Amino acid sequence: MNMTGILSKLIHSKWLVAGIALIILIVLALVPAFGNLAFKIMLITILMYLIMTVAWAMFSGPTGYISLAPAAFLGIGMYTAAVFGKDLPFSVLIIVAALFTFLAALIVGAVTLRLKGIYFTIFTFGLVFLIQQLLTWVEIKFTHTRGRFVVVVDNDMIYYHMLAILVITLLTAVFINRSKWGRALRSIGQDEDAASHTGVNVTMVKVLTFGLTSMFIGAAGAAIATRLTYIDPGSAFNINYSFFPVIMAIFGGMRNLYGPILGAVIFAYLEETLITQFPYYYMLIFGTVMVVVIMFLPDGLIGLWQKWRRGGRQKKHANT
Amino acid sequence: MRILEGAKVCKSFGGLAAVSNVDFHLEKGEILGLIGPNGSGKTTLFNLISGALVTKSGKVSFKERCLTGLSPFKICRAGVARTFQSVKIFGDMTVIEHVLLALQFGGASRVKAQDVNREARGVLDFVGLAGTENILARNLTLSKQKRLEVARALATRPEVLMLDEVMAGLNPTEVSEAMNLVKKIRDSGVTVVMIEHVMKAIMGICDRIMVLNYGQVIAEGTPQEIAKNKNVIAVYLGE
Repeated sequence: MNMTGILSKLIHSKWLVAGIALIILIVLALVPAFGNLAFKIMLITILMYLIMTVAWAMFSGPTGYISLAPAAFLGIGMYTAAVFGKDLPFSVLIIVAALFTFLAALIVGAVTLRLKGIYFTIFTFGLVFLIQQLLTWVEIKFTHTRGRFVVVVDNDMIYYHMLAILVITLLTAVFINRSKWGRALRSIGQDEDAASHTGVNVTMVKVLTFGLTSMFIGAAGAAIATRLTYIDPGSAFNINYSFFPVIMAIFGGMRNLYGPILGAVIFAYLEETLITQFPYYYMLIFGTVMVVVIMFLPDGLIGLWQKWRRGGRQKKHANT
Repeated sequence: MRILEGAKVCKSFGGLAAVSNVDFHLEKGEILGLIGPNGSGKTTLFNLISGALVTKSGKVSFKERCLTGLSPFKICRAGVARTFQSVKIFGDMTVIEHVLLALQFGGASRVKAQDVNREARGVLDFVGLAGTENILARNLTLSKQKRLEVARALATRPEVLMLDEVMAGLNPTEVSEAMNLVKKIRDSGVTVVMIEHVMKAIMGICDRIMVLNYGQVIAEGTPQEIAKNKNVIAVYLGE
């Protein structure tokens, strides 16, 4: 057996995966005790992107419904934190934000998930601006404010909560992937008509999963808002937050759960580094990297890894 | 006993009456053949029964329960399953996953978790797909993909199975295999309605045949009666 054979055997053993995950988790849990402030803040951002990407890929990956609504849900989470931040303990605040986002996503899902393909994508894209403009109008007309201050929370608190949200998100993703629910989601992505004629209540499966996955994004929004200290409709409902999860998931590869995770970590790290090291060129470098990845790695970084693992062997499946 | 019945079923697309005032019924345990020229409304009738389309007027009932207006998944769970003319399989899912999905979602009663894999293998064995469990559906041959559709429909434990051209595009050997499969399905207690253009198959296995033309029933009877019917010869069978 050659080296790649052993490696692939190892990768497929679930105990090894669970072990590595546990070690990473312990290391991450120890960061606040040892890491410096800048590193901690960077990790908080990376954790947020991880949550968003994994949550996004949980729904859009198997179903193929490309949602551009993450910014809307992140914003709802942020505004929940801003409005209720002073009255509620931090953990409760995050749960409340998650519930609000869940409700909002259920409503959005029930209305839009009957739309297929590009129409769904465009609606979710518009949703971000709709909420943003609506909120601006309310602030000008009724509350006479411009944005809101968010309660300040200790960085370690934010860090641990972000980590907890991520762990729950990942566990949910693994659970959905392995359950019959995940199979139903994949069947919807492959052929929705056939799925519904096989007894899958496609509307319910889609709407509930959309709501559930959006919840994690809302929770992350509430947590990150406390780091920003001040938010307004423009910054809370920033459309970039809708594109990042999509790009990160594509960058990593959407075939399995590892792809979005890998994509989000590398992408977020790249972004944080480039923005501090090359503030003027970072978008340029970033764009180039993205174009190269999309052109040459259609299955993302994970696809590259799988190709390398398969080595020179013949292509396994015909393109039928 | 009439297991499935339709009364004055109508559907039009714009100004075109695809199915107009069609009355039909299905006796428990029979194989009913549905034939007619292209565009005569056969598949539309299937879509109306399975809930893919909603009838404009008229009523479809299954064991005295009205199916009109129900969504496809409910009709499937009630016990009416179907296959599709152009195969609609889940290309990137494995063969056994198709059957598992149907077992877990399509049946009226829940299959126990520990039995699900065994049952799935049983269904695949029944349609002759044993040994292909872990192959991706898109890598199967057309004949096997059609079998897979049948397996997926059967795994929902239907009482009525609607087969939409399961034999189109198959070679003669595959056609006779498919004919045997349809008979085997009927013998297992499932009532079958099939749309088919392969006359050998229709004449060979159907108990009764219904002929559609321009959305209307123009003839109905045993294969022998249909073969001699002047009307049917004129519009469909040819001299």
